[in-house]
Amino acid sequence: MTPEMAIKLSLALPLFGAAGVIATGKWPNVREAVTMIAAFLTFGTVCTLYPVVAAGGRPELYIGEVLPGLAIAFKVEPLGMLFALVASGLWILTSIYAVGYMRGHHEKNQTRFFTCFALAISAALGIAFSANLFALFIFYEILTFSTFPLVTHHGDAKAIRSGRIYLGVLVGTSVAGLLFAIIWTYAIAGTLDFTPGGILAGKASGNGVALLLALFAFGTGKAALMPFHKWLPNAMVAPTPVSALLHAVAVVKAGVFTIMKVVVYIFGIEYLTDQGASQWLMWVATYTLVVSSVIALTKDNLKARLAYSTISQLAYIVLAAAIATPAAVVGGSMHIAMHAMGKITLFFCAGSIMVGAHKTNVSQLDGIGHRMPFTMGAFTLGSLSIIGLPPMGGAWSKWHMVLGAADADQMFFAGVYMLSSLLSIAYLMPIVGRAFFIAEKLPEADDHDHGEAPLLCVIPSVLTGLGTIVLFFIAEPLYQLLLPIVGVAQ
Amino acid sequence: MSLDQWHHIGSIALLCTGLYIVISRDNLVKKMMGLNIFQVAVIFFYVTMGKVTGGTAPIIPADAHGHEVLYSNPIPHVLMLTAIVVGVATTALGLSLIVRIQEAYGTAEEDEIVRLDLEEIG
Amino acid sequence: MIQSNMPALIIVTPMLVAPILVFVRHRIVARVLAIATAWWCFYLAVSMAGVAQDTPIAYDMGGWEAPLGIAYTVDAFSSLLLLIVSGIASVVLPFGPGSALLAIPEGKNNLFYASFLMCMAGLMGIAITGDLFNVFVFLEISSLASYTLIAMGKSRRALMAAFSYLVMGTIGGTFTLLGIGMVYQLTGTLNMADIAQRLPDVIDSPATRVALALIVVGGSIKLAVFPLHQWLPNAYTYAPSAVSAFLAATGTKVSYYVIVRGIFTLFGVSFVFGTLHLERLLVPLALLAMFVGSTAAIFQTDLKRLLAYSSIAQIGYMVLGLAMANQAGLTGGIVHLANHAVIKGGLFLVVACITYRMHTSKIDELGGLAQRMPLTAAAWLVGGLGMIGVPTTAGFISKWYLVMGAIDRGWYGIAFAILLSSLLAVVYVWRVVEVFYFREASDKSNLEAPADMLVPTWFLIAMTIVFGLYTPWSAGLASKAAALLLAAS
Repeated sequence: MTPEMAIKLSLALPLFGAAGVIATGKWPNVREAVTMIAAFLTFGTVCTLYPVVAAGGRPELYIGEVLPGLAIAFKVEPLGMLFALVASGLWILTSIYAVGYMRGHHEKNQTRFFTCFALAISAALGIAFSANLFALFIFYEILTFSTFPLVTHHGDAKAIRSGRIYLGVLVGTSVAGLLFAIIWTYAIAGTLDFTPGGILAGKASGNGVALLLALFAFGTGKAALMPFHKWLPNAMVAPTPVSALLHAVAVVKAGVFTIMKVVVYIFGIEYLTDQGASQWLMWVATYTLVVSSVIALTKDNLKARLAYSTISQLAYIVLAAAIATPAAVVGGSMHIAMHAMGKITLFFCAGSIMVGAHKTNVSQLDGIGHRMPFTMGAFTLGSLSIIGLPPMGGAWSKWHMVLGAADADQMFFAGVYMLSSLLSIAYLMPIVGRAFFIAEKLPEADDHDHGEAPLLCVIPSVLTGLGTIVLFFIAEPLYQLLLPIVGVAQ
Repeated sequence: MSLDQWHHIGSIALLCTGLYIVISRDNLVKKMMGLNIFQVAVIFFYVTMGKVTGGTAPIIPADAHGHEVLYSNPIPHVLMLTAIVVGVATTALGLSLIVRIQEAYGTAEEDEIVRLDLEEIG
Repeated sequence: MIQSNMPALIIVTPMLVAPILVFVRHRIVARVLAIATAWWCFYLAVSMAGVAQDTPIAYDMGGWEAPLGIAYTVDAFSSLLLLIVSGIASVVLPFGPGSALLAIPEGKNNLFYASFLMCMAGLMGIAITGDLFNVFVFLEISSLASYTLIAMGKSRRALMAAFSYLVMGTIGGTFTLLGIGMVYQLTGTLNMADIAQRLPDVIDSPATRVALALIVVGGSIKLAVFPLHQWLPNAYTYAPSAVSAFLAATGTKVSYYVIVRGIFTLFGVSFVFGTLHLERLLVPLALLAMFVGSTAAIFQTDLKRLLAYSSIAQIGYMVLGLAMANQAGLTGGIVHLANHAVIKGGLFLVVACITYRMHTSKIDELGGLAQRMPLTAAAWLVGGLGMIGVPTTAGFISKWYLVMGAIDRGWYGIAFAILLSSLLAVVYVWRVVEVFYFREASDKSNLEAPADMLVPTWFLIAMTIVFGLYTPWSAGLASKAAALLLAAS
């Protein structure tokens, strides 16, 4: 398979999957098989690109020009490669999990659910492979609209309200901020291609750069930078597989991925640090990081707590992008993968608890570790990775980000990273503690006896939990893959 | 402004009269009358524009024999033939609409019609 | 023979067929004849556009050379208009089983088709003629025909809407006529090319300014530029749905053409924007139209009225584009003319499908429509996304050029305002989407519109996606037109 073909296929396979899901909607087992096959094939195809990119190749695919100078084109570079691997790889596990969850929960409209899910994955891969900001923006918006039916899946008043906030914030920021920034960039640079070293050097300066960066950073609402973060907790009304893959991995990572791409390939990290235009963004990211961690502490609803934790972890990556030293950028990029693996585990477990024990709040989880040992075991692994303790993958990315902050002599922000790790211990570990070390209160009259969640829910959770350990040991190839984006030869 | 521009002043006066009637009258037929006066003002403007003092109709007489003949500019006058036709068509359409409105509402007074429409909404 | 006389044929054919139709009582024959005429005109428009987008076609009507005769000229801008008018007519005419849809008494179908063709001929005539007085004549032909069409609406309010439109339209047309008269007095010619050459000599005369004012105001009334838009919501709401689709897509667009021609070809950019700074008037009005129109659309309870107010906002975008008077901005205005025609035409057809089946266009009574008319509801969704300007739809292309134009001009605040106001479209489109998709229908039986209505509807809706991805015929033509207009002045 040629790399061009692989790019084409990895975008098309989820679409075929979506079509197949619609066509086979009447037979749930066949439909689920279609999703699974599409997921496996997609991941396989994306994997074939890895050796090419790791060897320094940058496969390209040109579709056509929409307007003169504005093309839909794809070019796989390390950052996109990493994002695509994460999104497509976790899609397999999420599909397995979704089958168990959706059936265990007796959800309606499952065909629509799996269709939109596949569309969203295609859009996420489109974002990952985009060769310019124009193509990226197109897929960014497709991702927003294809996930809307997933957020409003239940169709009740609460879901509709959340859907409004979801669409309002994401479309609002992307049109008023991101699109404005893109057109402005095009007006001064004459191109939108992602170019190593950036395209803005010498074409904008001082306040202009800062303003443009602000438009990009706030315009990328998917990165959930405060004050545009409200959509994420609201999106938690969606079924848990959506929260797991889309609102912990694909959608939110598409946001920070966009910011990372813009910093690296549009501004260029050297130019950005020269202009000192990103100082303010460090403060905004820090504020988001700390405040959302504190909010997470106050949340009793498990998914809400995880959502605020996600906001804080996204701010890590934005902070790394703003610091814009090579180590910080590589660390932030690695964190896209590391956090994805950890957070998806936590969401899987939260969903399993909902399906298995019908519990949604932290305060209900006393002693649940004895009833659901595998689920809570996986939860523990995920938590440790989010906190950033070895031997979990999260340790490496945090290490590089702190290093990056130190390189820039931003010791304050290095300290922020440390502090936030403490905060994440504070909001995650009590859950683990309750589950294993506090005895379950005697079941009340109507409290039914329960054991583990369905097998199809437990297996993916355990796999991703173990994945956080695996990532610790394969961090080196990831690091090597990412080095070229900061201009270091392989 | 001198009096030799009386035709401009006249057509503007007609124009304003017509427009005022259109705006101020509630009766639809009177509105149409205003609209007609409004249109006539412009026709007046064109016709006077083409007139050359002392000019005749733009027909070269048989006994001219190459003499210069002073005649009025025929083009604005010809244009107005078309404009008059347009005006007639507009008036005819407007009046037939008024007939239909009278049939449907039982009145041709605008304020009455507005009231009936509001009642319908409730 | 056909090849060389295309510019005449495209106007003459519908004008000849219309009176014939008056005598054709047979329903199906009349219908077929009308559709065939529209398709024939579209064919002619496409053939001419192929040539005219690079080298303008000049044609002397009846063999009389300009300035004595009437010259027809087809350049990139006019061929775009011809394409839109004949194209939309070709889609709208086959839409649905005429009489049932339009509530016209059986046996009067032919009159509807005759008026429709006259309206079409008039609109195309405005775009094609190179003679200023001829513009007025065609303007009145199309207007008279459209008053008739609107009056054919079901409710008695259609009559009043048509009458108000008649009054406003006649005032606008007469203003234009007065303006044309003054231009004639100043230059002694009615041929547009000659006027453009001679006007600079008298550019300082106060009469020139008055003439410009009259032509712009007259055109603005017909274009429904805020605050001269009062006639539009009622006219679009009470007209038969297919007529609303046609007029919303083409009627106001042609008035836009008149204003742009007047400003750029006749009076020239340097005078209008350099000396008079007309943009200081047009930009605030356009911004007001965008925000007031969209906000009003949000609070409407009737789908057709919602679309009508949205049109007022969209006209604001077009006016803003012309007020920028630079390549990107003018391209944006002109391409939005095409894109909005396709989007709004499609959405009005969606409403026509809905009213045909549900007998109402009140939003509150359409809860759960997606369960009963899934394809129609989906068409609203896609068309609505186009109106919002989501990437890969036509609306995005317009927005891109307009924002580009504003940034080129250094109007950053206005660029931002364009984007902000497009968010209002999200609100009014999505409000309806929620009603269609998230409410439970009281009766769930399938009521999907018949195929002969769905196909034209979806054709236009699909074009909003096509024009979002493949742009040589929309943005390409518009950018050539803009370049030509800017070079001329």
